[in-house]
Amino acid sequence: MAFDKMELRDIEVWDGNHAAAQALRQCQVDVICAYPITPSTPIVEGYAQFKADNYIEGEYVLVESEHAAMSGCIGASAAGGRVATATSSQGLALMVETLYQAAGMRLPIILNIVNRALAAPLNVNGDHSDMYLCRDSGWIQFDAFSPQEAYDLNMIAFRVSEDHDVRIPSIINQDGFLTSHTAQGVHTITDDVVYNFVGTFKPMNDMLDFEHPVTHGVQTEEDWHFEHKARQHNDMMTVVPDKIENAFSDFEKLTGRKYNKVECYDMDGADIAIVCMGTSVETVREVVSEMRKDGLKVGVVGLRVVRPFPFAEIGDTLKDIKAVAALDRSAPGGAAGMLFNEISGSLFNTDSKMLLSGFIYGLGGRDLTKANIRDLYKELQANVDAGKVLTKQQQFIGVRGPKLAYL
Amino acid sequence: MSEIKKIKNLKDFSTSADRFEGANVLCPGCAHSIIVREILNATNDDLVLSASTGCLEVCTAVYPYTSWDASWIHIGFENCSTSIAGAESMYNALKTKGRLKQPDRNPKFIAFGGDGASYDIGLQWISGCMERNHNMMYVVLDNEVYANTGGQRSSSTPLGGSNTTTPAGTISYGEKQNKKDLMGIMAAHNIPYAAQVSPNKWKDLVKKVQKGFATEGAVFINAVSACTTEWKFEPKDTMLLSDLSTDSLVFPLYEVIDGRELNITYRPKNVVPVEEYLAAQGRFKHLFRDEYKHLIKEWQTRVDENWDYLNRREAARV
Repeated sequence: MAFDKMELRDIEVWDGNHAAAQALRQCQVDVICAYPITPSTPIVEGYAQFKADNYIEGEYVLVESEHAAMSGCIGASAAGGRVATATSSQGLALMVETLYQAAGMRLPIILNIVNRALAAPLNVNGDHSDMYLCRDSGWIQFDAFSPQEAYDLNMIAFRVSEDHDVRIPSIINQDGFLTSHTAQGVHTITDDVVYNFVGTFKPMNDMLDFEHPVTHGVQTEEDWHFEHKARQHNDMMTVVPDKIENAFSDFEKLTGRKYNKVECYDMDGADIAIVCMGTSVETVREVVSEMRKDGLKVGVVGLRVVRPFPFAEIGDTLKDIKAVAALDRSAPGGAAGMLFNEISGSLFNTDSKMLLSGFIYGLGGRDLTKANIRDLYKELQANVDAGKVLTKQQQFIGVRGPKLAYL
Repeated sequence: MSEIKKIKNLKDFSTSADRFEGANVLCPGCAHSIIVREILNATNDDLVLSASTGCLEVCTAVYPYTSWDASWIHIGFENCSTSIAGAESMYNALKTKGRLKQPDRNPKFIAFGGDGASYDIGLQWISGCMERNHNMMYVVLDNEVYANTGGQRSSSTPLGGSNTTTPAGTISYGEKQNKKDLMGIMAAHNIPYAAQVSPNKWKDLVKKVQKGFATEGAVFINAVSACTTEWKFEPKDTMLLSDLSTDSLVFPLYEVIDGRELNITYRPKNVVPVEEYLAAQGRFKHLFRDEYKHLIKEWQTRVDENWDYLNRREAARV
């Protein structure tokens, strides 16, 4: 039975979960192995409804855990076809072993992570602990700040990952609840145009080519393991950035929507800036617009591509900025936050005189208020005026009790 | 539907459709390679194979070499069942979508896991695959121990075995638990076909495997794999040990259809006392000390009771 196409209005009111599920449907994924977990469950449910209503031709395998979900995805991908899934938080934590295996086996799987805190204490709300947990797993990582972006980035991710010069899996992050369950207007693309953009999957080293048997997932010890890992890192650093750029560019030609590895807002002529991810980018943009009206030279940088980290673009964007706040939404566990570290790495050993301070915020879904952000900019301005960072380098914001500051 | 391969004799069988190469680094006398060859040689159809981390995996796919002349995948310790289920799902998807490169083939999807990977760490994954009834065969290479990592106990390790994590000592006779009944657990999934096999009874094995290949849906095979290194016997005696395991009824050969109908497929003409089976292996050597001899009696009683149970199940036809 042939599957049905879906008629969409030019603008649909979708939350991030539904936007992701629609994108997976439109990309005509061959196999999805999935297991539900809050707050990504509606992706799994939405896709199930598409399947029940004959909008899906591919296989949909409801497995018994997230580890099995990614295990099944790996087997399916190695067999030779388009593969995707979705998860969050504890599910991702259970899946981590297989994330490294998927990347190491160069299988172009797409994973939607609806970001949520990691227990303990148990918490279903959004922070970036799960994103950070797998940041060194060898996957390309995109970050969506809105349902529209969750929709678009899925298509872009398939284009990048499935490129035969890349063959590295991709994660698309979106904030739990704030993006995943908040409905917004989403500009849609028709089914045919989406499928044409991602193209029919082109297999490589596929297990189902019986004329060319292939061995996947071999053992390498000290003799070859390092070369495999080094080569993969090399491709991440030298091949993937351009492929992402090309996909962004092709997507812009198709839709008019322009994506950048580093999303700048009011950064022209800015003296001070905040760097952050997820829905916080949109909140900070609002504050920036208000503060700009008061003549304050403030800007915000949203990180669109988390891995491979856009060192050159971040360095270029921030080199003349006088003070920068790096906002990390993940418990740092006895170190500086990831963004603080990567921004430092981008500008260390350069002529930049940037004053960098790090902030831990929003754990377990704690709100980042506009008042928090205004205070933060005031603090950055005070640092600029003093010519040095007046506080400790790492502070917690929005947490009860006495002010926490370290480093 | 593919044709069932005709097997004329052992010589013909042992050399036909040879897709598992002798070029591997398994121990001399390891039953794994014999079982795998018997299973693969039971069909001429294309194969898609997976293995869990373990002896079979580390000894057959060390980069840049491979012993497999068929598509093969290894991911981790616990998930060879789900990886092959994923591959089978992709086969179904591409078949539906008309994108198979060779649409006229009838590939067989087979996962191989050791007892550690199957009785212990991978049990949930196998259960999921059996419950979803993927068109695949799961094979346990059951040597009753974590052999690859040097002989630690698993939940397949039988009572009284001395292993590196349950060693016999001045106050211990070794493993305290009886072996888990994985056949029973898998049959309880009401899968179309589950069978226990042994490489010495190769005709019985081939018949069951071919039955499995002809079955639509999930098939579970538990294969006893005598381990020269951890059971502690001479490599030349692998088949002797296999004979002792089947003929003492320690490892009875039977099948369960649709989770209900049980058929005993091999009844030894002369049943060997369990004591002989135990005496042939270094891992049970300490049981012959006076203070532990009661365990040998316990072993015999348990084996007799199990055989009696299987016979009652068979007779009841339920």
